[in-house]
Amino acid sequence: MSVRGKAFIAGAYEHPLRTIPNKTVQQVHAEVAAGALADAGLSFSDVDAYFCAGDAPGFGALSIAEYLGLQLTHIDNTETGGSSYLLHVQHAAEAIAAGHCHVALITLAGLPRSSGAGIGGAGRFGSAPEISFENFFGLSIVAGYAMAARRHMHEFGTTSEQLAEIKVAAASHAQHNPNAFLQNAVTVEEVLQSKMVADPLHMLDCCVVTDGGGALVVVSPEVARKLSRQSVPVLGTGFAVKHVNNGRIDLTHTGAVVSGPRAFAEAGLAPSDIRYASIYDSFTITVLTTLEDLGFCEKGKGGEFVSNGGLQAPFGKLPFNTDGGGLCNNHPSNRGGITKVIEAVRQLRNEAHPAVQVPNCQFALAHGTGGNLATRMGSATLILGQEV
Amino acid sequence: MSFLPLADVEMNNETQPFWDALHNKTLLLPRCTSCTSVVWYPRAHCPVCFSTQLQWEEMSGRGTVYSYSIVAKGNGRWKESGPYVVAYVDLAEGPRILTNIVGVAPSEVHINMPVQAVFDTGDDARVLLRFTSVSSS
Repeated sequence: MSVRGKAFIAGAYEHPLRTIPNKTVQQVHAEVAAGALADAGLSFSDVDAYFCAGDAPGFGALSIAEYLGLQLTHIDNTETGGSSYLLHVQHAAEAIAAGHCHVALITLAGLPRSSGAGIGGAGRFGSAPEISFENFFGLSIVAGYAMAARRHMHEFGTTSEQLAEIKVAAASHAQHNPNAFLQNAVTVEEVLQSKMVADPLHMLDCCVVTDGGGALVVVSPEVARKLSRQSVPVLGTGFAVKHVNNGRIDLTHTGAVVSGPRAFAEAGLAPSDIRYASIYDSFTITVLTTLEDLGFCEKGKGGEFVSNGGLQAPFGKLPFNTDGGGLCNNHPSNRGGITKVIEAVRQLRNEAHPAVQVPNCQFALAHGTGGNLATRMGSATLILGQEV
Repeated sequence: MSFLPLADVEMNNETQPFWDALHNKTLLLPRCTSCTSVVWYPRAHCPVCFSTQLQWEEMSGRGTVYSYSIVAKGNGRWKESGPYVVAYVDLAEGPRILTNIVGVAPSEVHINMPVQAVFDTGDDARVLLRFTSVSSS
């Protein structure tokens, strides 16, 4: 069964703050939920399906559904890190197509900045079977991605300058986002001169640590037709798990090599049709590898692709992350993901900042990478359009 | 012997022989008697052919560096460790495993560097499998 055109994103909302002291995580879930429902022209009482991931406290979706006061016939707690919310859109589209629900709410919220947590995930993996074979070697999140970057450099000649170009493009976009955590333009030299965190990744190769959140409302075609707000059809979805594979991991590719082609096939589109891409940018290397894996350029040519303003809006080869992305704007709950879909919706609605709005943005792609490039990840690709 | 932190590993019936062997300065890993894969991390099930007929086998402890990163400053108990090297090492017998490279200046570490297992023990029962360059072992 294809979900092409069977569900629409009718509401999208990103919390405007990047530091949120004195609020609970559930309160931020409620604020972004209200924001997305208002954007869609719907209310809490219209919601019959709710989706959230590991950032939701307590019993996940059950606890937050009760906190919000939702009355539900469908629920989904799928946790794949930063890709969860893109996978939730796929799951919502499937559930809508199957008739299980009509109005699906997806939320993400977290307060890692105010709680003093560093970059990376919460320590919820104490009993994971792999724990004693990975976590006791000082493997920071950054170090894992750094190993992926090092191997990419070794096999394909990718350089730190090329990785820096990704941050430069994101920063050039963030200048136009008054809510972005970092709003200053940066140069390749500034990235290379920033502190080395885990060689070869510098501080400015890393995403920001922000409080915040976001929400989406996915609805059936019947509901979408009744709304005055422009809704965005889901055209293609793809997901894949990539893991260590019995100690035979290849660090130079992501699960996007599987999720991308699946999404393009469902949409009936090719990479050359995409006018704007939200690419998960936990680190610069995440973007470079993902672009190759999604087929925007040949494997190993990502460095060339991102150079000379390749990712800069509005006229680069492939304008990306026009909100400033996780590298500059927002990476709420140390995972982002939902912000990737939100900016793609803005582009398709022609509501991105005029300086970075892509003209005639008919088709957009959003991609999430959850977990770690160096171990296990869930890769989720969505292709969205202006119309079916 | 390095000065990187050891940790209280989580042992269970599936992994106990691996940890016991490390204390005896031996690297034991399960090999599947059905498809002959060496299994990493140790477990009671072959993730390649799904057999549960595995046998513990001694590994050579030799390998090469597949990738690495020099971490400038660690977190938590690693905060005072100074720059240290996290790496993936390809064991001669197949698996690519996460580890540290010790006993060699971080700037000397490179991809494809030949390495040899180091059984890093503390004053107590704790032990970790790390690697050092063959020339310095």
